[in-house]
Amino acid sequence: MVPDAAAADEEKCLTDGMGRLQHNAFYMHRALDSNNLKDALRYAGQMLSELRTSSLSPHKYYELYMRAFDELRKVEMFFVEETRRGTYSVTDLYELVQHAANILPRLYLLCTVGSVYIKSKEAPAKDVLKDLVEMCRGIQHPVRGLFLRSYLSQISRDKLPDIGSEFEGGANTVNDAIEFVLQNFTEMNKLWVRMQYQGPIGEKAKRGKERSELRDLVGKNLHVLSQLEGVDLDMYKETVLPRILEQVVNCKDELAQHYLMDCIIQVFPDEYHLQTLETLLSAFPQLQPTVDIKTVLSLLMDRLSNYAVSSTEVLPEFLQAEAFAKLNSAVGEVIEAQVDMPISGVITLYVSLLTFTLRIHPDRIDYMDQILGACVQRLSGKTKVEDSKATKQIVALLSAPLEKYKDISTALNLPNYPRVMDHLDNATNKVMSAIIIQNIMKNNTCISTADRVDTLLELIKGLVKETDEAQDDELDEEDFKEEQNSVARLIHMLRTDDAEEMFKIISTVRKHILLGGPKRLAFTVPPVVFSALKLLRHLQNQDGDVNGQEVSVTQKKIFQFLHQTIEALSSVPSPELALKLYLQCAEAANDCGLEPVSYEFLTQAFILYEEEMADSKVQVTAIHLIIGTLQRMNVFGIENRDTLTHKASGYSAKLLKKPDQCRAVYACSHLFWVNEQDGVKDGERVLLCLKRALRIANAAQQMNATRGSSGHVTLFIEMLNKYLYFLEKGNPQITSSAIHDLIDLIRTEIQSDNTTSDPSANAFFSSTMRYIEFHKQKGGSVGENYEQIKV
Amino acid sequence: MVLVLAIGDLHIPHRASDLPAKLKQMLVPGKIQHILCAGNLCIEMLIFLFPLNLCPDRHFARGEYDENARYPESKTLTIGQFKLGLCHGHQIIPWDDLDSLAMFQRQLDVDILVTGHTHQFKAYKHGGGVVIIPGSATGAHISITYDANPSFVLLDIEMGLRVVVCVYELIDGQVKVNKIDFKKTATTLPAH
Repeated sequence: MVPDAAAADEEKCLTDGMGRLQHNAFYMHRALDSNNLKDALRYAGQMLSELRTSSLSPHKYYELYMRAFDELRKVEMFFVEETRRGTYSVTDLYELVQHAANILPRLYLLCTVGSVYIKSKEAPAKDVLKDLVEMCRGIQHPVRGLFLRSYLSQISRDKLPDIGSEFEGGANTVNDAIEFVLQNFTEMNKLWVRMQYQGPIGEKAKRGKERSELRDLVGKNLHVLSQLEGVDLDMYKETVLPRILEQVVNCKDELAQHYLMDCIIQVFPDEYHLQTLETLLSAFPQLQPTVDIKTVLSLLMDRLSNYAVSSTEVLPEFLQAEAFAKLNSAVGEVIEAQVDMPISGVITLYVSLLTFTLRIHPDRIDYMDQILGACVQRLSGKTKVEDSKATKQIVALLSAPLEKYKDISTALNLPNYPRVMDHLDNATNKVMSAIIIQNIMKNNTCISTADRVDTLLELIKGLVKETDEAQDDELDEEDFKEEQNSVARLIHMLRTDDAEEMFKIISTVRKHILLGGPKRLAFTVPPVVFSALKLLRHLQNQDGDVNGQEVSVTQKKIFQFLHQTIEALSSVPSPELALKLYLQCAEAANDCGLEPVSYEFLTQAFILYEEEMADSKVQVTAIHLIIGTLQRMNVFGIENRDTLTHKASGYSAKLLKKPDQCRAVYACSHLFWVNEQDGVKDGERVLLCLKRALRIANAAQQMNATRGSSGHVTLFIEMLNKYLYFLEKGNPQITSSAIHDLIDLIRTEIQSDNTTSDPSANAFFSSTMRYIEFHKQKGGSVGENYEQIKV
Repeated sequence: MVLVLAIGDLHIPHRASDLPAKLKQMLVPGKIQHILCAGNLCIEMLIFLFPLNLCPDRHFARGEYDENARYPESKTLTIGQFKLGLCHGHQIIPWDDLDSLAMFQRQLDVDILVTGHTHQFKAYKHGGGVVIIPGSATGAHISITYDANPSFVLLDIEMGLRVVVCVYELIDGQVKVNKIDFKKTATTLPAH
């Protein structure tokens, strides 16, 4: 039949059945109202006959069942009334209902009377229960049988001879209650399993679905057991669990086994599981090979993990129960037994085990390593893991210790940690590396030995090393920058106060970054350079001049290191960056008093300027950096200083645009005047520079005159300010007449028709004049210089 | 009351990985209306991160290590009664020379000049105005200054002619705050 048609058919069947059920229920009630027991029972029997149908799916059958259940409640109430009144005795009723024509209605009615029987206490509960549970064997049809027994379970629930219940006492003990429930459970499970073999082979999936719909009926029994007061730890351990497991193992049904193991773990308290761990775990290898044990085992471990953190008193129990050892071997056995388990499943198991161990035994690093080692074993022999589920699990596995311990050193100390990472493909390594770096930055961890630095950089090689894979090219530029910047930031966390060790650290870092290829060096070289410069400063602070010989040797080593490191930038190529770094090193060498070293670095900077800087904007910045650096340096003897200043001035004058030339040249004037006590103060050469700059400004004026623009006015005002600067500093070569000439020149230019008005230049001039006025009035030593100036 | 954050020379990631946590805690969102960054962030993505994303009105001047080479060499803006100028300072030679900075201030014609490069906090008044150097927010290594303390400056520009400079400096693990008052004097234009 076509499915839709079948469903419609089924619906009709249900509706019809419901109709007839209600019809009979109506007459039954009428009979009950007129105390006509015989008729009532007859109609009840007819009503219950609807439950004899085979044409309904479990889902639909359930609706019918619920209806019948409601009606039977009223029948039960009637029975209770009648027996109280004495019209009938319970035994009479028990007898009467057995006259029903068919066995199924008969049994439903019998159970209903049984309930009344127990409540009346005319017979021991255990006897009635035993009777009922055995009589239900009469129904061997799975769906009908399951619902019948479910009915029995429902109505008997509050009548079990549990400890403290009114039905306990005498011959009735909780053992009887347990026995009853276990038997009902066992029979129900058998019926449930049998469903698998009913019907045509082609409908296997449908049967599976139907079985799933019914599983809670079976599981309910376990729930009932867990609610019994009398099922304490000992009872559970001695009786309940072994009996349940016996049924689970013996039924040899995949669906049942998975569901019931799951059920056991969820329904009974974690405390019980801990104490019966061995028994529980021993069942796992006995299950069908197709059962998805890993989810069940993971569930168990996760529950136990949560239980462990619920209170501190609980932890010692775990140690006592030797939980780790048992779980560890169970995991191993399961993996051995299920050879087809995908690698993602294996890793999931280990993740659960690791999480468990981190909570219970956070101090047992050896356990962590053991677990990682087991993973390495499972992963070895295979190519790099590519299954995304598996890689996700491995990332989870490796992240767990990081989150727990916060200090990455703990993870770095696990010998198997890097071995697990080795099995990741490049993309996943990058993901994991990013997590590691984040962890370090978040917790502000310092990695302070060269060995650990080495291990760490080896771990995150996905980010650090250049690979041949085409993946490198495909990576988005922004993502790549972010990646490399995070590596750069990481480098600052690799440090220690011990100078020897620090040098080893930066050497190790350099070793790794040199494998990064040209794309990465621009990001990773500067932090290494500055780490080295910081080390130098540290050494200077430490030893001062005490151990002159020793200090300079180590200093020289660092300078060599710096030189080689910056040289690596030539492969990028990154001349601007290299120039700036060379200048930093020159300054550092100056501070250490090492003239030849400083000279060498400045030479390198100049070479880069000469050979690699073509862009004029870049040149302007570069030359200013060179001049600014050189201006502050005092380590050079006269000859070297002359060579360098000559070079700087020369390049300044050769910049492309006149204004740039002018500014660079007057900046050079400061090379010859240093404000410190022993600083050079060569007034003549200062003046030479200023005059040269002025000539360039004049040339700019000529050029602008043809265009009618006025940028050169600002240059003249800047020149004026420079003259004033040196006047104040006491350069005897600066004459007041030169200043007057400049002021007149500026005034002329501003008022000239040829030039467009420039408000900022005017403002600049005004504030300069105010400045002169201010100092004239202020007097004092500075004011003296200004006496001669006529405003 | 208008709060302006003056900050610079972070040098992330070349010389530092982040601002010190204690210093970061001093900055609270919602209060700051302008940010003046003297340069040398260095990476562009920092402008999306705290603290450079504290308000939408941000001004940057180019430092020699800045990834974004298109920041202006200098910038001027007006807040309240004050004209402010912003420049990194590596262009002004000699470095760490107050007279040269004063000259540049005259050139920009501003009341307050915010600049960097020396990684050392300074705030001083001269005839032509006030120069404020917020220092390095990360305490980055610099050859000019030994042991730079991480610092930044909050300018409180009030109505009228007063500005209060609050410097936040991390010294030996503690944040120390200092306040300096400046009053702008009305200037007269000399006739010439």
